[in-house]
Amino acid sequence: MSDRRNLFNKVWDLHTVRTLESGQTQLFIGLHLIHEVTSPQAFAILRDRNLKVMYPERTLATVDHIVPTDNQLRPFADTQAEEMMSAIEKNCREFGVRLFNISDDRQGIVHIVGPEQGLTQPGMTIVCGDSHTSTHGAFGSIAIGIGTSQVADVLATQTMALGKPKVRQIVVNGQLKRGVYAKDVILHIIRKLGVQGGVGYAYEYAGEVFSRMTMEERMTVCNMSIEGGARCGYINPDQTTVDYVRGKPFAPQGADFDRAAAWWLSLASGPDAQFDDVVTFDAAEIEPTVTWGINPAQSVGISEQLPAVGSFAPEDQKGIREAFDFMELKESQPIKGIKIDVAFIGSCTNGRISDLREAASIVKGRKVAAGVKALVVPGSQQVRKQAMAEGLDQIFEEAGFEWREAGCSMCLAMNPDKLKGREVCASSSNRNFKGRQGSPTGRTLLMSPAMVVAAAVAGRVSDVRELA
Amino acid sequence: MQKVTEVTGTGLPLLIDDIDTDRIIPARYLRCVTFDGLGAHAFEDDRKQDSQHPFDAPKYRQASVLISGRNFGCGSSREHAPQALIRWGIKGIIAESFAEIFFGNCTTLGVPCVCASRADLESLSNLVAGDPDLWVTIDLEAKAVRAGSHTIPVTILESARSSLVTGRWDFLAQLLEGESQIQQSALAIPYMNGFTTPA
Repeated sequence: MSDRRNLFNKVWDLHTVRTLESGQTQLFIGLHLIHEVTSPQAFAILRDRNLKVMYPERTLATVDHIVPTDNQLRPFADTQAEEMMSAIEKNCREFGVRLFNISDDRQGIVHIVGPEQGLTQPGMTIVCGDSHTSTHGAFGSIAIGIGTSQVADVLATQTMALGKPKVRQIVVNGQLKRGVYAKDVILHIIRKLGVQGGVGYAYEYAGEVFSRMTMEERMTVCNMSIEGGARCGYINPDQTTVDYVRGKPFAPQGADFDRAAAWWLSLASGPDAQFDDVVTFDAAEIEPTVTWGINPAQSVGISEQLPAVGSFAPEDQKGIREAFDFMELKESQPIKGIKIDVAFIGSCTNGRISDLREAASIVKGRKVAAGVKALVVPGSQQVRKQAMAEGLDQIFEEAGFEWREAGCSMCLAMNPDKLKGREVCASSSNRNFKGRQGSPTGRTLLMSPAMVVAAAVAGRVSDVRELA
Repeated sequence: MQKVTEVTGTGLPLLIDDIDTDRIIPARYLRCVTFDGLGAHAFEDDRKQDSQHPFDAPKYRQASVLISGRNFGCGSSREHAPQALIRWGIKGIIAESFAEIFFGNCTTLGVPCVCASRADLESLSNLVAGDPDLWVTIDLEAKAVRAGSHTIPVTILESARSSLVTGRWDFLAQLLEGESQIQQSALAIPYMNGFTTPA
């Protein structure tokens, strides 16, 4: 009889150590990624309890959130950031954890580094004290964000206590229209299912659209699962996955790789796999999508108008009004034409080489509109190096974009890259929460990197398809 | 660990949906290596923009039971969010629903997060707004919230409830108890044994 378990359940079962008294599972963790923001207090817990890191070779540390992307000379001008750098350096040294530090050309945003180094592999359980850990689900792994106490749990035991979620399959079939990217697909899904729709679920993305996607596109989709409430999102491993992992520095090599690949492919949900819920979308319905509000579900297609408050359920109208007030936008106004002040390309959502190539191909020969501050922040030093080898940095700089060092930058503004005052930012990042980009009153419009370029060039939210 | 069977204190109504952890504690305050001092910055940016924000109202300054809306604690996994609320004085939260990572972080810190219906949350908020000195009790044994003569039913994930009421919310200690099984289980996982487990 065929295995009717979906990938999530197969991987979950394989990593189950035991059932705890509470009914939760003690789950073995294959890869633990840590960074400077959510780990210092976890190491303090270990010191406090006189514990060691159980499997130090299964933990990888890097620095990303607080690193400046212009002047990276140590010590950092920000003394608090410098203190955090010193803390992770000391912790990694004392506990025997590998650190891709700022001086290491493998440094970058943790969710970009794991895949590009081949640390992220199908069939693994992957955690990080960072909600965008869902990114790694693109490989067919169970990848979830955790809090600092759980970072301590995983450091000390290589396991964590977790309740098993349900699994919802999200099927997108058909052909994406020209100018519609992975970012638009996930923004559309979140718009339709809501920011809370995925709570209690892992999302399996399936169907023709995801099968055709490259690994980098799949990472963009899985990255934003958490914005739809799903702590974890994944795509079944296939030949695209195997080909991507092959040859990466930390990937299995030689005969090991062949055995690994056979196992990875065997994990994919079969045609008769069972799910707790299935939702289907038609690719042709998806437009370049832009958020207008203060959570990632508040979005519209580029040819649409903003919604009317009255079109929402009565209990939701207060929140919708709050969004309109904060954004200083009016119901029923077109999304197209909203003026922007800043254009940001980067982040764990859209800071990979394919994102930079696409953005560069559109901006080539064009200029950033007067008065718009535009910056490109590669997701890792490897991405940066590759982009420069291809001359993308010159294309961006000639167009008027600033070309930066690798880091999280303006996605969350824990570093010097921040919005000022009421600035409006066209951003390829993942969150449009109030104050997210560093100014408490700053405003964020989420969109694909291609749409950020279109907005940067016009100085206003524009349809990238009209540029080509 | 201490058994958490109930939390009692005065209430603080903040009946807004989708409050994300960036709002609870802005990212600039994550530039730290301990959680000390975060309490003063809870909801700082919201408070600056709203002179009527309940976290600034003297009548709620002693409150320890937060009342909020749907999807509370969404977004970033930062444990700094519950740590900031705890340091401000919050000991328990009643909301329509919670984001998962936030919920897990609270449970592991001994802070019960219970869910109530929108109608009950509205009546509870009104009650508390009218009488800020009213004692509000989250009773995890009875799965109810009591405020004066008013009682509303609440729900909470059973694994979290049982961990709290039995005092077994220090998950690290429990995970360590399984140490021999951890090593054994690991050997059966293909990437831990050189992919020699038959596919």
